[in-house]
Amino acid sequence: MTGDTLTAIVEVADAKVSFGAVKALDGVTLAIMPGECVGVVGHNGAGKSTIVSVINGGLTPHQGNISSDGERLARYGIGVARARGVRCVFQELSLCPNLTVIENTRILHRHLGGFGWRKRARKVIERSLDLVFPGHGIESDRSVGELSIAERQMVEIAMAFSDAGVAPRLVILDEPTSSLDAGLAEQMLGYVRRFVDAGGSVIFISHILNEILTTASRIVVMKDGRIVADRRSIDWTEHSLVESMGSVAKGEANRRAVRDLAGAPVVVEQIGPGLPFRAKRGEVVGLAGLAGHGQTRMLMKLHAAETSDWLARREATVAFVAGDRRLNGVFELWSILKNFSIGSLGDLTNRGVVDVAAEMERATDWKRRIDIRTQDLANRILSLSGGNQQKVLFARALSTRAPVVLMDDPMRGVDVGTKQEVYEIIRQQAASGRTFVWYSTEMEEVCLCDRVYVFRDGAIVAELEGDAVTEGNILAVSFRGAAA
Amino acid sequence: MRMLGRISRKPWMWSWTAAFVVWFATIMVTGGASTFDLSQAALTFAAFSIIVGIGQMFVITLGPGNIDLSVPSTMTLAGTLALKLMEVDNAMIVPGLVIAMITGVGVGVVNYALIKALRIPPIIATLSVSFIVQSAAIWTNRGLRIKPPSFLADFTTANTLGVPNVAIIALVISVFAWFLLEKTIYGRWISAVGQSMPAAKMAGIPVDGTRFVTYIFCAVLASLAGYLLACFSGGAALNMGSEYLLMSIAVVVLGGTAVAGGDSNVPGIWGASLFMFLVVSMLNTYGLGAGIRLIMTGLIIISVIMLAGGRAR
Repeated sequence: MTGDTLTAIVEVADAKVSFGAVKALDGVTLAIMPGECVGVVGHNGAGKSTIVSVINGGLTPHQGNISSDGERLARYGIGVARARGVRCVFQELSLCPNLTVIENTRILHRHLGGFGWRKRARKVIERSLDLVFPGHGIESDRSVGELSIAERQMVEIAMAFSDAGVAPRLVILDEPTSSLDAGLAEQMLGYVRRFVDAGGSVIFISHILNEILTTASRIVVMKDGRIVADRRSIDWTEHSLVESMGSVAKGEANRRAVRDLAGAPVVVEQIGPGLPFRAKRGEVVGLAGLAGHGQTRMLMKLHAAETSDWLARREATVAFVAGDRRLNGVFELWSILKNFSIGSLGDLTNRGVVDVAAEMERATDWKRRIDIRTQDLANRILSLSGGNQQKVLFARALSTRAPVVLMDDPMRGVDVGTKQEVYEIIRQQAASGRTFVWYSTEMEEVCLCDRVYVFRDGAIVAELEGDAVTEGNILAVSFRGAAA
Repeated sequence: MRMLGRISRKPWMWSWTAAFVVWFATIMVTGGASTFDLSQAALTFAAFSIIVGIGQMFVITLGPGNIDLSVPSTMTLAGTLALKLMEVDNAMIVPGLVIAMITGVGVGVVNYALIKALRIPPIIATLSVSFIVQSAAIWTNRGLRIKPPSFLADFTTANTLGVPNVAIIALVISVFAWFLLEKTIYGRWISAVGQSMPAAKMAGIPVDGTRFVTYIFCAVLASLAGYLLACFSGGAALNMGSEYLLMSIAVVVLGGTAVAGGDSNVPGIWGASLFMFLVVSMLNTYGLGAGIRLIMTGLIIISVIMLAGGRAR
């Protein structure tokens, strides 16, 4: 760092990463210079976490190359990255809960090993904790599982900044303040500024725009796997950031006509923190906001309120379409037919005995309606592509007589054609009186809804209706501080 | 040839093949003299493991971690209570059966209550229930050995058209269980819960209700087996159920039911139960000592599981 021309600590050139048909990174070039704090903002799926994984060595880009300190690295991986002083604080906490803080330090710093490592590890982590969070009050011989979520996050951050031989040069902070209160967040941001002033580098990802604006020296905006803007942070305002994150007038063509639902009866209601949730008969209600801010939990609550774990209801009142197919969608050992019919077996049984003919008839009908591409419905569900599996899950829910359908971001991995077909079915069914509660991470889909609730930190913070449902409005309320 | 290929992919094939090979190996030694007697004895003794095994299979189908270890003590308590109530009186046969069933329902309810209310893993919940039930059996039994009513004693040891009566009962229960699993909504529910509890919940299946009924069903079958076994062997003994702890699990696994849940197999239970009896009698016929016999039994079971486990799915 004493040279005349500064070379980048890590430089990624034209990186491309794709997961199946989804392009997570579409030619990203990013250089991190010593002594700068780069803020990265963008909507869900913009590619923030992917670029982080590329830089910390966890993910090898399918195209493009990585160089460090002016030298091009053919084999870049987590080990190489760590040896060069790249550290990462993960969004999902990554400490071992059954080990103490000291033991976790030992795991991160391999060369602390040998006789007396506990003493050395304690010194390393306590010094770092004292520096980042003065007066933290965390005893380093407690196991991580006993710590509160905020304390765990503090340990994780201190761990990334700790120095035991290899000094940290580039620290990646992915939503580091999400579980810290304002005071602790300020302490951490202060330390980040001192660290950067002393010549270190930081990549800082946060959905709290204020933090980014006050801490970062440069801010890049990502969208659809690309960097769409890259300016010094003094040239940005909260407003301009929100604006450049969103796409203007996209999906407007798909807008549904505003329908008058003022007289329709309320069919679902849920009072929680924030605004109350209500959905009327025949309404398509969207749940928006950044991923993981309580939308799925809301759907689960709505579902649990209408179903019983002990007795089957004669008339199902809600149906659910899973987004996480593996977790709560498909039954992997079963055929397509059985996977389809499990939701509506109540209609297909006579005194508890399944009417196989009626089951087959209904499944064949839906196979045609939603175009499930298979030769034989007796084939196993896993023989289908992801998109077609998702169609089966749609058919499962839509073929019930439930007046309310809950959808948990169900279009992941579904191709464009199918999406349009499903949108059309939803439109028809809503017109005939069915209510849809639709959580989606895709703006285009949210804009198809009659009314949208925006979630932040587990609560509904805004309700948008009709023409107010725009990407800009949703982004503005999703990012805390933008409205303040 | 294609047909053979298709059959060899059926998970129950392995236990049936193994049972047949052992059966054949045994009658070869005796020169075919005892073929009929051996088959009859095999059916008789297998019948008890079939009844208990089917109950255990239902529970195992519920998914990873689900198991009922209270089976042996339930058998003992049900047999003891029933014989005590009947007191060698032929008129009391039905009340005796009823009390055995009620015992089963009671144990099943307590099992699931512990699993659900105290959130104890099934393996520990059912094991602790088994200690309580066993103590209750000791307390009621007090070392008495009451004889079964003469009609029941005769019935359980007799044959109809050469087939042991207990095997006929096991067959009726098996057909019923197969029907439940393959044809009814309840069968679909168990299989769904066994594959993925979250998915079953979100598909609107009453997960707790399904599991509750299944634990009761298993305990009731164990009681029925205890009732029959006590009558068959001329009285309830405190250790009469003990061999059925491992037996009930072994026949399920050998029979080709998925240990990870969701996929059950009734015919396999028959093959496996016959096999378990025949292995022991084969080694007896060869005149091997007790120690060698146990080791051999273990080795043979392991090899069958390995063979069956290596099958393409």
